[in-house]
Amino acid sequence: MPRISVKVDGIAYEEDVEPRLLLVHLLRERLDKTGTPVGCDTSNCGACTVMLDGKTVKSCTMLAVQADGCEIVTIEGLAANGSMHPMQRAFHEEHALQCGYCTPGMVMAAIDLLRDTPDPSEEEIREGLDGNLCRCTGYCNIVRAVKRGAQEMGQAVKSS
Amino acid sequence: MTEVGKARKRKEDARLLTGRTRWTDNLRQPGMLHVAFLRSPMAHARITRVDVTGARELPGVFAAFTGQDVADEQGSLPCAWPVSEDIVIPEHPPMAVSEVRYAGEIVACVVATDRYRAADALEAIEVDYEPLPPVLDLEAALAPDSPKVHEAGNQAFSVKITSGDVEGAFRDAPVVIDRTYVQQRLIGAAMEPRAVLAATDGDSYTLWTSTQIPHVLRVMLAMVTGIPEHQLRVIAPDVGGGFGTKLQVTAEEVLCLLLSRRLGKAVKWTESRSEGNMAVHQGRGQLQHVRLAAEADGRIRGLQVDLLADMGAYLMLVTPGIPMLGATMFNAIYKMDAYEFACKGVFTTKTPTDAYRGAGRPEATFAIERIMDELAAELRLDPIEVRRRNWIKHEEFPYTTIAGLTYDSGNYEAATDRALQLFGYDKLRAEQADRRDRGDPVQLGIGVSTFTEMCGLAPSRMLGEANYGAGGWEHASVRMLPTGKVEVVTGTSPHGQGHVTSWSQIAADALGVPFEDVTVVHGDTAISHKGMDTYGSRSLVVGGVAVLQACEKVREKARRLAAHLLECAPDDLEFAGGAFTVKGTDSRTTIQELALAAFAAHNLPEGAEARLDSDATFDPVNYSFPHGTHLAAVEVDTETGQVRVRSYVAVDDVGTVINPLIVEGQVHGGIAQGIGQALYEEAVYDAEGNLLTATLADYLVPSAADLPDFVTDRTETPATSNPLGAKGVGEAGTIASTPAVVNAIVDALRPHGVRDVPMPCTPERVWRALEGGRA
Repeated sequence: MPRISVKVDGIAYEEDVEPRLLLVHLLRERLDKTGTPVGCDTSNCGACTVMLDGKTVKSCTMLAVQADGCEIVTIEGLAANGSMHPMQRAFHEEHALQCGYCTPGMVMAAIDLLRDTPDPSEEEIREGLDGNLCRCTGYCNIVRAVKRGAQEMGQAVKSS
Repeated sequence: MTEVGKARKRKEDARLLTGRTRWTDNLRQPGMLHVAFLRSPMAHARITRVDVTGARELPGVFAAFTGQDVADEQGSLPCAWPVSEDIVIPEHPPMAVSEVRYAGEIVACVVATDRYRAADALEAIEVDYEPLPPVLDLEAALAPDSPKVHEAGNQAFSVKITSGDVEGAFRDAPVVIDRTYVQQRLIGAAMEPRAVLAATDGDSYTLWTSTQIPHVLRVMLAMVTGIPEHQLRVIAPDVGGGFGTKLQVTAEEVLCLLLSRRLGKAVKWTESRSEGNMAVHQGRGQLQHVRLAAEADGRIRGLQVDLLADMGAYLMLVTPGIPMLGATMFNAIYKMDAYEFACKGVFTTKTPTDAYRGAGRPEATFAIERIMDELAAELRLDPIEVRRRNWIKHEEFPYTTIAGLTYDSGNYEAATDRALQLFGYDKLRAEQADRRDRGDPVQLGIGVSTFTEMCGLAPSRMLGEANYGAGGWEHASVRMLPTGKVEVVTGTSPHGQGHVTSWSQIAADALGVPFEDVTVVHGDTAISHKGMDTYGSRSLVVGGVAVLQACEKVREKARRLAAHLLECAPDDLEFAGGAFTVKGTDSRTTIQELALAAFAAHNLPEGAEARLDSDATFDPVNYSFPHGTHLAAVEVDTETGQVRVRSYVAVDDVGTVINPLIVEGQVHGGIAQGIGQALYEEAVYDAEGNLLTATLADYLVPSAADLPDFVTDRTETPATSNPLGAKGVGEAGTIASTPAVVNAIVDALRPHGVRDVPMPCTPERVWRALEGGRA
C-alpha cells in the first residue's frame, strides 16, 4: 500500500492508502475531516471542493495518492485565530446558506474565484460558481455574499 | 424589543460555515459496519435466482442477504394515505423477493468493514432475471391489454369531485379552451444524499437518518419492523435539504434497522448520487386534461380537470395523496360556478413518486395559470386583465371557493399592482412590441402567475376527512432554566429552514427574554418526544404557533408565581420587557428571577409545581393560503430555441413575517426550483424503463450561471386562522415560478403560431414548437 504525506489544515499526516482511495474519503474517514461533504459522484455539485496547494479541486475526483506531498486546506482550516474568514462571514451576513451542505464547497470556490478576479461582476460570480450546485438558496444571496466577501478581502489587502 | 419581524442573522450558520457539521454520514459508532445495496438494473423482471455466497466469502464481508433471506421480517413499506374506497395498495417489500418493478429496486445487500469492500462485494452477487414488459405510458397503462405492474392491475385509485352544474357551464359557453399539459417527473436532488446509521445495544435501537420526519418515521418503523416504539429512537441530525424527498419511510431505513438487529452491530449506509437518482421517490408526473368554459368577456363559467397521476411502481408514504393536494387548487384564486376534478392514480414500472416541493399544488397551479393565458390569448385580452376579471376581490374574504375551501384572507390586487410596478410591465410590453415589429430573432416574452396555495398542513379534522393516516397538529415545549435561559423543544424538524432562529424570535417576544438566551432543540425523538415534523409549509404556521402558545402558558405560570411573591392578584400585574410589575407601583420581578424561584421552590403558591415550563399542541382550524404575483421576462432565441430568464419579480403575501431574511431566502430557492422544472429538469426514462438521468451530469439542477437575480417584495395580509397571522412560505416560489416562466416563453412565441412548449422547455423543444408553429 503506498504511503503518502499530506498536510491538512496545517497538520502533517503520513498515511498508508489503497491506490483507489478517493481524496475526499481520506479526508473524511481517515483524518476525520468531516466538514467536507460529498454531494455527487460525477464532479458536478462541487460540495467536496477543497484547496490543494492554493487551488480548488473537487476532492471526490482525485485519488489520495495524487495528493502526496501536497498541502490541503478544508473549510475546517479557513478560520484563523478563532475568527471566520471574510468569505465565511459574508455568507452569514447575506444569508447565503440554508441547509449548509453545499456551503463548504461554495465558500472554497468563491475564495478561488477571487484569486483571479478580485472584484467580480455579478455575471463573473455566476459563471465562476458554475461548478458548484446549491438547491436551497437560488444563488441570489450567494452572489451577494461573494460580492461582500470580495469587498472585505480587497480592503484587507489594501490595509495590509 | 420586538424580535418578530426582524431580519435576524441565523443562529445555525456558524457551525455550518466552519465544517462542524453532523450529517448522518459524518457519524460513527464503535464497531460500525457499512451496508451496500444491489439494485435492479431492469424496470420489470421476475427474480429467478439471487446468489450471495460469492460475496460472503470476500475479505471484510460480515454478511450478505437476499430478499428471500429477510422476507419473514422485513414487512411492507407503508402508505398512510388511502385516498379512495377503491384504492389498491400493493405489498411493497423493502428488498424485492420475487419481482422487481423499477430500475433501482433493492435485490440484495452486503455488510462489510468499509464502504469500498461493501461495494466490491456487490459485484460478486449473481442475480438471474426473467424480463417482463415495462409499463411506462400513463394512458397505455390503463388500456385493457396493457402488461400489469401488479396483479390487481395498473389503476391504483379513481376519484371524482364535482361542484356546481358542470355540464350547464360548458353548454353553449361562448369560449371553451381545451388543453393537455404534462407534468414531467422531477428528481428532488437535495444536496445531501440520504444516509442511515442504525445501532443497537441488544434491547433498544437508535436510527440516525437524513429525514424530514423523525417522529412520523419512528411510529411507522415500529409498525413495519415490530420493534416496540418505546425501544426505538430516531434522530434527524443535520439534514442537507429535503424538499419532500426525505418525507418518506424508506426501504434503506427499514433494512438498516433489520441488519443491525440481525448482526447486533451498528451499520451505516450512505447513498451515492446516482443511486439516489434511481431510488429516491420522484416528484410530479401527471398528464393533465384541462377544459375551461368562459363568457365572451373572459369570466370563467366552469373548469373541468381530468388527471392521470403517475404513482410509479408502489404507493409510498403519501404517494396517492399528492394529486389530491391539488384537487381543491385548480380553481386557484378565481371565481366560477362549476368545477370538476377527476383523477386516476396509475402504476408504472418507474421509481415511485411522492412529495416534492409543492406536492400537488404546483401541478394544479401550472395548469390553471397556463390555461388562463390561453383564455386571454383567445379573447385578445391582457393576461393580467383576464385574471382581474375573475379573481376574488380583497373585500370578498373570507371566501368559500367552488372547491369548498374557505380562503381566510388575501389581497390579489395589491400584490399584482406592486409586482407590475417593480417589473416595469408597460415598458417591457413596449419592448416586446418593438422586437416583434423589427422581426428580432430574439423575442421577448412576459409571463405572469397569480397563484395561491393551501399550506399549514393541516387541520387534523380535515386530514381525517381526506382519509390521511395521521393528524396535522404540532407540538412544542418550553422551559425556563434556573439561570433564566430558555429551552424550546419543537416537533418540527428543520433541514435548512432556520427554525432555530425563527422560533427563538417568537419565544424571545413571548417571554420577554433576549434572542440570544433561547436555544431550540429538535429532531431527536428521545428529546423532542412529540411532533409531526416538517413538510407542506407547515412548520411556522403550525409549529411556530405551538411555540407561541407554550410560551404563553409559561408566562401565565410565571404570572401566578409573581403574584404570589409580590403579594397581589395575578390581574394586578403588567407584563412587559420580561418583567411583571404591580400596576401603579415599582414593585416588580423578572421572568428570570421567577425561573430561579421556581427551581428553588422555597415559596410557591398553594398547589403549584416546582417548574416554570409548559407545552402546547396546536391544531390549526383551517389551511393557510399564501398567495402572490410573479412576473417573468424571458428572451427566446427563435433561431436556436435558447431561453434566457432576463428578469423575475416576485411579490408574495405570506402573512405576518417572523424573519424577512429567511422568508426571502425561501422565496429565492423556491423560484429557482420552479424555474428548474420549467427549463432544465426531467427524469428521463428510455423505452425499456431505464433512467437516463441517473447522475447530476444528466439531470440538470440549475447552477448560478443558469439563473438571474430575483427581485422580491411582499404584501402582508395576515392569516386569520392562527394567532401568528403567518401563512407559510416554503413552497410558494416553486408553485408560482414554473407557470410564470412557461407563460413567458409561450407569450414570446405566440405570434409564431406557438401555443405551448412542453416542459422542460429545452432549446430543442422550443425549436420544435417553433417548427410546429410554422407548419
